[in-house]
Amino acid sequence: MLMKRLAAAAAIAVLGVGVAACGGTDPATPGPSTASFKAGSTMEKLNKAQKITIGTKFDQPGFGLKGLDGKPAGFDVEIGKLIAKELGIPADKIEWVETKSAVREEVIEKGTVDLVVATYTINDARKQRIAFAGPYYVAGQHIMVRSDDSSITGPDSFKEGTKKVCSVQGSTPATNIKKYLKDEATQLVLFGGYAECVDALKNKTVDAVTTDNVILLGFVASSNGAYKLAGNKFTDEPYGIGVKKDDTDFRNFINDLLEKIAKDGSYAKAWNDTAGKFDKNTPTAPAVNRY
Amino acid sequence: MNVLWEQFPVFRDGFLLTFQLSFLSAIGALLVGTLVAVLRISPVPPLRWLGTSYVNLFRNIPLTAVFVFVVVGLPLLGSSADFLKIPGLDQIFTRLGIDLPYFRFSIIALSLYTAAFVCEALRSGINAVPSGQAEAARSIGLTFTQNLRFIVLPQAWRAAIVPLGSVIIAMIKNSAIAGFMGLYGDLSSRGQELVSAGVNGVTYPLIPVFIAISLGFLIMTVPLGLLLDRIEKNRMVKAR
Repeated sequence: MLMKRLAAAAAIAVLGVGVAACGGTDPATPGPSTASFKAGSTMEKLNKAQKITIGTKFDQPGFGLKGLDGKPAGFDVEIGKLIAKELGIPADKIEWVETKSAVREEVIEKGTVDLVVATYTINDARKQRIAFAGPYYVAGQHIMVRSDDSSITGPDSFKEGTKKVCSVQGSTPATNIKKYLKDEATQLVLFGGYAECVDALKNKTVDAVTTDNVILLGFVASSNGAYKLAGNKFTDEPYGIGVKKDDTDFRNFINDLLEKIAKDGSYAKAWNDTAGKFDKNTPTAPAVNRY
Repeated sequence: MNVLWEQFPVFRDGFLLTFQLSFLSAIGALLVGTLVAVLRISPVPPLRWLGTSYVNLFRNIPLTAVFVFVVVGLPLLGSSADFLKIPGLDQIFTRLGIDLPYFRFSIIALSLYTAAFVCEALRSGINAVPSGQAEAARSIGLTFTQNLRFIVLPQAWRAAIVPLGSVIIAMIKNSAIAGFMGLYGDLSSRGQELVSAGVNGVTYPLIPVFIAISLGFLIMTVPLGLLLDRIEKNRMVKAR
């Protein structure tokens, strides 16, 4: 494992040197400089370097999932590619870094990555440390049921008191669903992880699993049609793109791009090529929030 | 420490469920444990092997694994432990009778696991009964069952009561795992919820919440410990 990592790091280093060398000795093939960037800005720096490092999830089907080819794929990844393209950087010059939930602020602050697109919910606590462009997608709590079950159409289906629902112990979705339950003791099941919940759904001990739609999409995706999402999501979790806190120019640049791709159809295409395979409802791009 | 007063109903409900779970599991563990102990000292070799295998298995695997086998395994076998829906008892312990099986599963997992330790505590008690007692009983014509029932076990119980108490106290604390294995609403998981998800958007810091949880467990375990001390003292008087 360590050797592999070292080898990968070495390969990346060689690649980096190679790119730099190419840029130095062969001025005939510069990066596509369709746009001119403000001097000294992050955009100009990245465009000149012809290289960008993007943090994303490697384990989130539909959004960022590392495939057998070693490259992540998903909606977040497509958004990352669109940003790189706007910077004049081809997709194969993007270095993808896995950013698990707990490390996202840290890697942005340290500058390990240039930006993070990783199912990253915008909230005030995080805004203390980093800045968000976007939102580019609004996730939310959803309900997953067995495909042959049409009796649950939304959270209100739990109100009459017979349907049972599973979620993860101590999670916000578990608390959110409580107000739709008639009797928590007979309707609510809590496990340490979602895998147990899906198992309980499979063997019909529970009728539904609830949490963020993005997590549920992953289970729908890998279930070969055994599960589906019921009704609409009933909470809002806006996903943003994380950049350094004081880099307002870069944030504006990304926001401009998000508004552009919402109009020119590349947003919808990015969705349909990735997460849209499991969720046919193509979302409308949410309004960008320039705070 | 405001959290204990502000969220008192949460802790109270959690405490009551943990108490019910512990109480029923303790009964289950004592029943199964006694049975296994009898198997282990049985004169019939296959029964003895069965008892020994049971103890070696359940004493040596993690409680979490036992929970997974019960909670995930029993539904696979098509069981939701309906035999625990005991009429009458399910009026007092309402969770016993409901459709969701996780309260019953938790009792089974805790009982099976703790039974291995109960068995060993009992066996140490049985070993403490002088062998002359059993021999005398045999010589006056008592059967193996009568011997155990009237001569050995009553004395063994007394010798085993203190180690048994420790086993039950450990079991009460182990019951916290149930909250992560399908059961909703035990003391630890209700507390955890206040920390991570909060109530109406207000979350509470870890330390005070866990102090409150600990208090709940102390309410169950300290009196149990005191009771055991008392029993032990009485026994010493009797021995003199």
